[in-house]
Parts: sequence; C-alpha cells; structure tokens
Amino acid sequence: MVDVALRGAAPAELAAASRARILGRLRLTDTVFRNLTRLAAICVLVILAGVMLSLFRASLPAISAFGLGFLVEQVWNPVTERFGALAPIYGTIITSFIAMAIAVPIGLLITLFLTELCPMWLRRPIGIAIELLAGIPSVIYGIWGLFVFAPFLQRTLQPALIDIFGPVPILSSVFAGPPYGIGVLTAGLILAIMVLPFITSVSRDVFEAVPPVLKEAAYGLGCTTWEVMRYVVLPYTRVGVIGGIMLALGRALGETMAVTFVIGNAHRVSPSLLAPGTTISATIANEFTEAVGDLYTSALIALGLILFVITFSVLAVARYLLLRIERRIG
Amino acid sequence: MMDLYRRRRLRNQVVISLSFAATVFGLGWLALILGRLVIEGAGGLSLKVFTEMTPPPGSDGGLLNPIVGSLIITVLAVLIGTPVGILAGTYMAEYGRYSRLTQVVRFINDILLSAPSILIGLFIYEVMVAPMGHFSGVAGAVALAMLVIPVVVRTTEDMLQLVPKELREAASALGMPLAYVIRKVSYRAARAGIVTGVLLAVARISGETAPLLFTALNNQFFSANLNAPMASLPAVIFQFALSPYRDWQRLAWTGALIITLAVLALSIVARALASSRKMS
Repeated sequence: MVDVALRGAAPAELAAASRARILGRLRLTDTVFRNLTRLAAICVLVILAGVMLSLFRASLPAISAFGLGFLVEQVWNPVTERFGALAPIYGTIITSFIAMAIAVPIGLLITLFLTELCPMWLRRPIGIAIELLAGIPSVIYGIWGLFVFAPFLQRTLQPALIDIFGPVPILSSVFAGPPYGIGVLTAGLILAIMVLPFITSVSRDVFEAVPPVLKEAAYGLGCTTWEVMRYVVLPYTRVGVIGGIMLALGRALGETMAVTFVIGNAHRVSPSLLAPGTTISATIANEFTEAVGDLYTSALIALGLILFVITFSVLAVARYLLLRIERRIG
Repeated sequence: MMDLYRRRRLRNQVVISLSFAATVFGLGWLALILGRLVIEGAGGLSLKVFTEMTPPPGSDGGLLNPIVGSLIITVLAVLIGTPVGILAGTYMAEYGRYSRLTQVVRFINDILLSAPSILIGLFIYEVMVAPMGHFSGVAGAVALAMLVIPVVVRTTEDMLQLVPKELREAASALGMPLAYVIRKVSYRAARAGIVTGVLLAVARISGETAPLLFTALNNQFFSANLNAPMASLPAVIFQFALSPYRDWQRLAWTGALIITLAVLALSIVARALASSRKMS
C-alpha cells in the first residue's frame, strides 16, 4: 500500500483505481483467511460431535437388542450373541480406583517435594524426569508390565497379600486365588504409574500459584512445612488439585494398551483383585477386529459409547474446575 | 507444651521423609522401565532391524516395514492435522479472542486433548473403514491427525497469546490488514512455540497404538499403498509381544526401545526449544 501511494507518476484516476483494486484484494484475503480460521476452529467441535454421533449410531443395534439391561448384564457370549457390559464397566472403574488411590497421595507428596523441599537446581531435572513418565507410550508400559512387572508381582506382592489377608474374613476374598501375575491389581498399579505425572504437573502448577506472602505468613507464625501445606497451600488450591485428579482419572479410565497387556481379558466380575478381569477399552482393543456379526460389533461400540459418556463427564468436570482456578489466579 | 511441639515436629518429619520416598518411588519407575527396555531391546538392535521385513515366527528378520509404515502414517497425520490445528489456534488467539465460539472450542479442545484415543479409532472406523470396506493406511493417518489437532490448537493459541500486542498494533498502524499482521508478525514471533507444539504432537502420536488397531490394522509385508492395511511399529509390538514366539517377543522389545528413544528425544528437543524461547 505504501507502494501505491508512491506511484505518483500515474494519472490520478488510474492510481485511485489500482489502489481500490489492491485494497479490495487485501480485504478479500482477510475475509478468506478469517473464515478459514473460523472453519478450522469449528472443525474441533465437529470432531467431538462426530465421535459422539458415530458411536451412538453404530451402537443402536445393541441398544435396541439389549436396552438398559446391557449395563447390568454380566454375560458376554459371542456365540449366542448375548452381551452385557457389567464386567468391563466394573473392571474400568475398579482399575481406575486402584490407580487413583495410589497415585493421588504419591503424586501430591512428589509435588510437595518439588515445590517446598527440593533444592532449586534439582527442581527442573526432577520435574522433567517425572513428566517423562507421561511421555513413554502406553504400549511400552504394556510390554514392560507383561514381561517384567507381572512376573515380579506374581513372585512377591501377590503371594504376600494372599498370606497376610487369607485369615481376615472379608479381605480374604478381595485377595483370593492363585497369584496369576496379570489381573486387575496389576493393571491398577501400572495405571497408577502412568497417571502420576498428570497429578504432579497440574498440582505443581497450582501450588506455585499460591501467593508467597500467604506461605511466608504461615511460616512466620511458626508453622512446619507440613502445616503450611495442609492449612494454607491445599485449601487455597483445592479446586485445582481436584481438577488435576479428575484429569488423571479421565486418563486412567480410557487407557487402553497398557491395560490390555496385563489385565487378562476375562469377562467376569470377581471380588478378588488378583483375578483376571477386563476393562471397556481392553475389550474393544482385543475383540474389535475379530468381531463377527453386526450385533457383536455393535455391542463393542456400545461399550465405546459408555466409555465416552464416562470420560467426557469426568474430563468436563476437570476442565471446569481448572478453568475456575485459572480465572481466580488470573 | 513441649509435647505438642515434639508431636508437630515429628509429624512434619514423617511427611517430609514420605515426600522424599515418593519422589524416589516415581523416579525409580522411570529408571526401571527405561533400564529394562535398554537391556531387553539393545541386544536385538542391529542393522538388520532397519533393513529386513518382519519375519514369520521362527526365522530371522527386522522391522523395516513397520518402521516405514509408522513414518508414512505419522508424516501424513501431521500434514493433515497441523494446518487445521494452527488455523483453529489462530482464530482463537487473533480473530475471536473473546468470542463465545473460542470459549466453547477451548473447552472442547481441552477435553479432546485427554480423550481416550481408542474412541478416535472407533470413530474413524465408522466414518472411513466401514464405508470403504477395508482397513487402510490413510484411515490410520486420519485417526492420528485427530490426535494431532488438539495438541497443535492448544500450543498455537498459547504461543500467539504470548505475542506482545504492541507488535500487532504497530503493524496495524502501518495499514496492514489483519491477515497480514497475523502471517507476517504474529506467526514469526511465535514460530518456535508453534514448532514445539508440532513436535509434541509427533511425540504424542508416534507411540499411539489403540487408534491404529481398527484403522491401519497391520501388515506382514512391505506396503507403501495408502489404500491398503499398513504395518506400524506400535501395532507390531502389540502383536509380537502377545505372541508365544520368543524371537517375535525379542523384536517387540527392540521396536519398543526404538519408539521410546524417538519419543523421548522428540519431547526433550521440544522442551529445549520451548525453554530457549522463554529465556530470550
């Protein structure tokens, strides 16, 4: 446009015309680019809507065949084409529960170490190392779990649990049965390792956002590190920490490959944590390509729809909570 | 009084030691997994891995076809996903920074960022594989592109937000239309950050297995045909590791080592790039 102004040699009308043409072109580029970017943004919404609609449409045959009973039926028999989602749903929830029960306290303790105790020069390397745990692909956790971790548990932790809890009335059925190595507990433990970095990185972000003056005041009153953590930092960051936990839970619920390797893929609800089980994602990964018949495929996709609803709700709550704390921190 | 004091100190020390222990515990897993991976995988690492096809059980071979397949699928996924991601991020940071659409997209994008990837696989199976009637490499690439988009959207938006608004105002004051301001000023200022986002996306998808199982499937033979099933490293690891054959399992470990090294290298480079930017 500067060029246009300098091209004074041309007659005035000509200059005006070419100026108008160039301006018009610029305006066109701007409009096109603007709408292109808006289209791309809408694309993101289309992906989520597409996932939801296609899962719903493809699971209609299963929904109309089994109705709501699908959710509470334990039978999974491809031969007679009777399918129920209870075992995978139970497995998904129980493995995630084990994972969170271990990962939440450990993750928060690691965060406490990284934000309060660790010498400055070590914070970055240790923080990065913990986050690398999240970078390792889940199929690697799977192969490691199957060949290294499961045999290790079979020799050590599982016999010990059976011995210790054998005489205790209720717990004896929770830790019953031969130590297979693979099973619900193993899957839960591996999930715990996998979601640890998510809890640590989110809670670290929110811990560091606590105004130093609050902590200094508490230290000044003579509080110990633990008391500052318990009565100042945690109450201040509670919403964010819960958001991080929900985020990790969303991951654990949907994790596929690592679980598929070590859970044993058995369609039954067993009270024992040492028994093989299955989860929604593991069932789909194991059986989908081999599923014959429309109803079988449809039942598997209906499982996918259930997983979608569960993880979507958990992640939406997580994001909502994190959004709230982001606004407060500003 | 002294009693209370001692109890508080004791409790504090217990928590502090627990927090040390937790950190050692976390780092221990990393060391155990990586260490085992190197022990099991490095033995099989030879030139043959990169020059020979996957073998039938009981004979010698390498991982050439899955490596090539993974590269093709990953590159294609990045080519499809990156432009969409960057454009969407641009809308959110530049044109519609405060619009309703941006808020909704940001929320949904954050959910997609951690949504189970196996559901993306089912989605692409429904919209591409089932209508086409067969598994294909291109379906695998599209599935992975769905995972690239949220990562790139997020980093692009964040990085463009960091560009000082004075730069944009100066450019606008010169009479540049917004499309030019974005391309000539904002993109240049945020380039390192956007590249970081793309690298992170590559790191994210190169280990992904679940979405490939129902889209690209797998292939015992060498194939660069995008319209046919295509081998990929993660899918081969899955198949070989769960097989009863010792030599297949060994190849699975080697493949696992290759993927992990690639992913860790990518994420470290991305991190270095991001932090060098922050300091300047």
